[in-house]
Amino acid sequence: MKKGTIIRTAGPLVVASDCLGAKMYDMVRVGDIGLIGEIIELREDKAFIQVYEDTTGIGPGEPVLLTGEPLSVELGPGLIQSVFDGIQRPLDVIRAKEGDFVTRGIEVPHLNRTKKWDFKPLVRKGQSVEEGDFLGEVEETPLIKHKVMVPPGIKGKVTQIKKGKMTVQQEAAVIQDQEAEHKIRLFQVWSIRQNRKVKKRIMPENPLVTGQRVLDTLFPLAKGGTACVPGPFGSGKTVVQHQLAKWSDAQIIVFVACGERGNEVADLLLSFPELKDPSTGRPLMERTVIIANTSNMPVAAREASIYTGMTIAEYFRDMGYSVALMADSSSRWAEALREISGRMEEMPGEEGYPAYLASRLAEFYERAGKVKCLGSEDREGALSVIGAVSPPGGDLSDPVVQSTLKVVKVFWALDDKLANERHFPAINWQNSYSLYVDNIKDNWQEEVAEDFTEIRQEAMKLLEEESELLEIARLVGVESLSDTERLVLESAKSIREDFLHQNAFHPQDTYTSLRKQYLMLRIIIHFHNLGLNALEEGVPFNDIFQLEVRERISKMKFISEKEQEEEDSVHDVFIEVDRSFKELIKNKG
Amino acid sequence: MHKEYLTVSNIVGPLIIVEKIEDVKYGELVEIEDAGGHLRRGEVLDVSTERAVVQVFEGTTGLDVDESKVRFLGRSQKLRVSDEIVGRVFDGSGYPKDGGPEIIAKHTRDINGIPINPQARDYPSEFIQTGISSIDGMNPLVRGQKLPIFSGSGLPHSRIAAQIARQAKVLGKKEKFAVVFGGMGITFEEANFFIEDFRDTGALERSVVFLNLANEPPIERIATPRLALTCAEYLAFDLDMHVLVILVDYTFYAEALREISAARKEIPGRRGYPGYLYTDLATMYERAGRIKGKAGSITYIPILTMPEDDKTHPIADLTGYITEGQIMLSREIHRKGIYPPVDVLPSLSRLKDKGIGKGKTREDHADVLNQLFACYARGKDARELALILGEAALSDMDKIYLDFADRYEDEFVRQGESEARTIEQTLELGWKLLRMVPSAELKRISPEYLERYYSEDQ
Ligand SMILES: Nc1ncnc2c1ncn2[C@@H]1O[C@H](COP(=O)(O)OP(=O)(O)OP(=O)(O)O)[C@@H](O)[C@H]1O
Ligand SMILES: [Mg+2]
Repeated sequence: MKKGTIIRTAGPLVVASDCLGAKMYDMVRVGDIGLIGEIIELREDKAFIQVYEDTTGIGPGEPVLLTGEPLSVELGPGLIQSVFDGIQRPLDVIRAKEGDFVTRGIEVPHLNRTKKWDFKPLVRKGQSVEEGDFLGEVEETPLIKHKVMVPPGIKGKVTQIKKGKMTVQQEAAVIQDQEAEHKIRLFQVWSIRQNRKVKKRIMPENPLVTGQRVLDTLFPLAKGGTACVPGPFGSGKTVVQHQLAKWSDAQIIVFVACGERGNEVADLLLSFPELKDPSTGRPLMERTVIIANTSNMPVAAREASIYTGMTIAEYFRDMGYSVALMADSSSRWAEALREISGRMEEMPGEEGYPAYLASRLAEFYERAGKVKCLGSEDREGALSVIGAVSPPGGDLSDPVVQSTLKVVKVFWALDDKLANERHFPAINWQNSYSLYVDNIKDNWQEEVAEDFTEIRQEAMKLLEEESELLEIARLVGVESLSDTERLVLESAKSIREDFLHQNAFHPQDTYTSLRKQYLMLRIIIHFHNLGLNALEEGVPFNDIFQLEVRERISKMKFISEKEQEEEDSVHDVFIEVDRSFKELIKNKG
Repeated sequence: MHKEYLTVSNIVGPLIIVEKIEDVKYGELVEIEDAGGHLRRGEVLDVSTERAVVQVFEGTTGLDVDESKVRFLGRSQKLRVSDEIVGRVFDGSGYPKDGGPEIIAKHTRDINGIPINPQARDYPSEFIQTGISSIDGMNPLVRGQKLPIFSGSGLPHSRIAAQIARQAKVLGKKEKFAVVFGGMGITFEEANFFIEDFRDTGALERSVVFLNLANEPPIERIATPRLALTCAEYLAFDLDMHVLVILVDYTFYAEALREISAARKEIPGRRGYPGYLYTDLATMYERAGRIKGKAGSITYIPILTMPEDDKTHPIADLTGYITEGQIMLSREIHRKGIYPPVDVLPSLSRLKDKGIGKGKTREDHADVLNQLFACYARGKDARELALILGEAALSDMDKIYLDFADRYEDEFVRQGESEARTIEQTLELGWKLLRMVPSAELKRISPEYLERYYSEDQ
């Protein structure tokens, strides 16, 4: 293997000379102890290398091994339920080998080499296949059938196909094309910087149902769409991301913990094996891949971690799954970029971030989407991406927030004030938006209810009116408002407290099906409309305000999904609202 | 033994540049001998074939280009540890400051530490009773948590920290317990306050102290917290102790880092602090925690004073982004003469959920906490309204809440500096205040607990 020589070490950046022939984004081994690095710039014979491990003790004169291979991940059975570091080293294997602390220069295979998988062929000998076609499958977990696909760029006849137990390294099939014989193992190797190919992109049209009322009903994300969650510290970004990882109806979750807390990863590892997927009843871990590069782990590996996660997510999308990737937090990734850029003495842009920050972010989010997958059969996959952003002081003019907003279609704005009041999720209903509402409207009408969009509109309108009225009340006092206006205030408050407010840590409240969300909101709107009517009939405002049924409205969120399904309890509340108003009008005066 | 260089070419702020070097490594410890023969220490920040950039911990005052001798020591900065370390006082570079002997090392540990494998972490879930209601009741601390105090200059964070150190205990347990205290840029008086307090209560025997005072070299402050944490890791994960780490004041730490960054002419981030301040702080804060299969733990209370009481200032902001909540002190409450002046609304303990409740504190704890938050927030709103429109403009209910807020601050938040309330006492006090409000208003409390605890004769 070719060798260069280190001429400079500055934190995570190493510069080496004698590197002619090296390629951009090639993986290298740095120094006598062979730390893993990647070439991020070439100037004449000099290679600029970002090093994914701590460089203390590395100095000029030491060698750099040029592997000639790009920094890659291994894609095959064994990904699900794993926890990898930013460059796909399994953290449990590292722990077994090195103990409780992550030391340097560790070499471990990315996928388990000894575990045997039961391979079931899906093609016969002699069959013609092309890139993306399924050769066979293994049951990776009870939830996930892992398809072994023809790797991109290969087309030919199956000359051999195996069946039965095998390790990822064993040969499962042989494909013969004009030039060569391709031996296919259970895993592929793929560069993390390279998008995986698809047949074509299509428009997202189904909602990604998350069970979070403010998200699903007011600011929905589509399967294959992109969203960002910016907010100051402690406003609830991680809780939102965890809730999505827990409850959203994607088939595969890739969670990238990028430069955040170790205990948050511990929390996922503790809760995911216990929590059950609402649609299948299986432990959530059986559909989850975790990439953990916490804030105290090497900073450059943070930069790689989101690409590692993205490549894994694309791979499952290629099988036709609906995949959701969460990156918490993209700001830490951007800071890693800035740090390396600073050490390379590049021209800084805004806030010291490199000028290419915006294009890197755009490229990243563009890897999301709904697609027709490679393969001769017609197959659709979706990859939704949700990025947290942590702007300094919660200031939304931050370059990472601004560059992200240019590319994502959903904006969930977390708000310090709401968080301080313990209104969770602290998503500001006035600034947030979703550009997918038109795409998924039809789906709502078919799957949820004819009038779902109207109910939603009415709720939004009430919230809008509330903010205007509150402004007036602040100036001239509540007394100056008419009864109708006071009813608007009460109904908007009910929307906020009984519907939007959702406690992630309450066993029932943590998840609400789309159907139940609709029913809940419909009742609140129904109450409002009947209230307007009653006022017209001359019922005093206080009588409406004191109706007992309002107590039941405020407790709807605690009705379990099971009870709702079996007894339609939310509907009882609806009937009760009707009855209460009939009585009011009958007894008035 | 180590090659000596007389090739210092530049001295810039706390940095020196050494030319024509050979076989120097990144992060290496450096010894600098000035013209008078005095030794200083430093660390390599950037090294190329021609030159090394070295930060000098003791500062560069009095160094010159001609006569300074530089030796590269071939290793990074280490702390010598053994069980003898407990009860000792060291300076900000780890040398004894109490007149005692040097520690005879059982081990030497790199002060930068190694990241804990996230897979090895055990989730913190044991409630620590600090005896302070505004913490235990509202923002409970758990073992292995990193929970900073966001203070302001002149606010009594030292007294609160000392009170926590004195009173902290895990209910129903008697275990090996130690305090590691580090001072960065604090005054002699402040440092002395802690040491005397520890001495008076007998806590000094189970404490380790690292002190860099205000008049001592600022760059040394880069090392001080790392020494303290290295010591804490040894006590927790080698000797199975429960360690409480208190480090004050991170604001001075960050200023030292800024000075180095400026001398290196790095592109500054917000308010001149380097862009890597987040990562730099995280590599320290994340050293708190628990490890599966280990009996000991590190609970970490870093203290910082927010310039202009501004929590969006980079030091507070970045700390909040890393730690598991924050205890926020308020100048307004302090002015009212209330100790401890904890502002509970912007305070937060993110790990509380797994540390409280039945079998840990009490079944009604979470509900009481949420309800107290809600009532106090409403009371503060009413207070603001009364300020604008006059108290007469308040509704009857608002008046109740206004009264609630006043009494909440006066009875619940306020307490004595040596008053250690049990969690039962704290919750009872909470109920006493909640009884001011009609029970129908207490929506955050489940009917079951309302029935059990609301009536007076409980
Ligand atoms: N939906 C929710 N239900 C209940 N509590 C919540 C909810 N969302 C947030 N919280 C509370 O807010 C705290 C902070 O939330 P979170 O950790 O998600 O903040 P964050 O925005 O990720 O902060 P940071 O940027 O510092 O990581 C949580 O520990 C929890 O107490
Ligand atoms: Mg977070």
